[in-house]
Amino acid sequence: MAKFTLPANSKIKSGRHFPAPDGATRTKTFKIYRYDPDSGDNPRTDTYEVDLDSCGPMVLDALIKIKNEIDPTLTFRRSCREGICGSCAMNIGDKLGGTNTLACTKAIEDFEGEVRIYPLPHMPVVKDLVPDLTHFYAQYASIEPWIKTDTPAPTRERRQSKEDRAKLDGLYECILCACCSTSCPSYWWNGDRYLGPAILLQAYRWLVDSRDEATGDRLDALEDPFKLYRCHTIMNCANTCPKGLNPGQAIAETKKMMLERQL
Amino acid sequence: MSFKSPLGRARGLGSAKSGTGHWAAQRLSAMALVPLVLWFVWSLLCQAGADHAGFTAWLSQPHVAVLMSAFTLALFYHAQLGLQVVIEDYVHQEFAKLGALVVVKLGAALAALSCVVSVVLIAVAP
Repeated sequence: MAKFTLPANSKIKSGRHFPAPDGATRTKTFKIYRYDPDSGDNPRTDTYEVDLDSCGPMVLDALIKIKNEIDPTLTFRRSCREGICGSCAMNIGDKLGGTNTLACTKAIEDFEGEVRIYPLPHMPVVKDLVPDLTHFYAQYASIEPWIKTDTPAPTRERRQSKEDRAKLDGLYECILCACCSTSCPSYWWNGDRYLGPAILLQAYRWLVDSRDEATGDRLDALEDPFKLYRCHTIMNCANTCPKGLNPGQAIAETKKMMLERQL
Repeated sequence: MSFKSPLGRARGLGSAKSGTGHWAAQRLSAMALVPLVLWFVWSLLCQAGADHAGFTAWLSQPHVAVLMSAFTLALFYHAQLGLQVVIEDYVHQEFAKLGALVVVKLGAALAALSCVVSVVLIAVAP
């Protein structure tokens, strides 16, 4: 059965507290999930009080400030700091609850009271806010996300009409940050076999590409009670996507293609 | 412990090449159940207060017997499709999953058969 309680060694304990520096007038409290597999200790949440007057406006700015100035042991992924690499995907919220999003494009002022930061839900944690995305990336590789043609390659570019190019809008923007897949209960319970919203949106991106000639093979590979049909239109994916995309719709369109070739 | 590669794990046993039929059947039976449920509820309300003879006389009418059979068949067919999804979602021990699926499938078939046979027996009773 699905597990509804955490195992004893995963229960989160209260951790250390880092008070604001003297003289700070505008402070914000960040409660951050910490886990170090080498220590053998349970995960804990450390509390940091950050002086906003010397901090950038985004949650990632606060994380970098904490790592640079308060606690260098804090571990997280980040790279582009402009919402295009997807590295800093994490679960960020306040007392009203959190959502998966990118720390670099989420403003600190969007949160009331303390900001609570956790790694992407239901993934193995490598350390602190770094989840193990090996299986997620392997699932991406499994859909063979590259153009496949039998027609010999043209001597010039592969041409595409404006209408056909427009079909890729809302799909090509996906940065594979894994916010959607790790917000999906179906992916939590059956992520070993269910491909999840991010990978299925990418699969659909190749299904509707007018230049691709392997549409049938791609549909064959997806036609599976677990790989595709674990989507129960819960729509957490569309709610949480930091790029405003709708993986649920891409999955519904894929199901329609499945039916279309049978009728 | 396994040294299987991440890609090998992700591919798993490959595509089952099925699932669309199940998905379509779930939606088709749901569409059939919308009018059938309305008819069923409306009929029961109309039969409220009827005695046994009156009720069996009503059920013996050919169109009522057909609709009642269709309703129970669609109901149990749709129910076992839905329960199958719930079991596949939440039961992860292979043996328990298989057992639960067998119980649900055979149980629904037995229940549907009982309903239809009952309707037929009442309809053909002298």
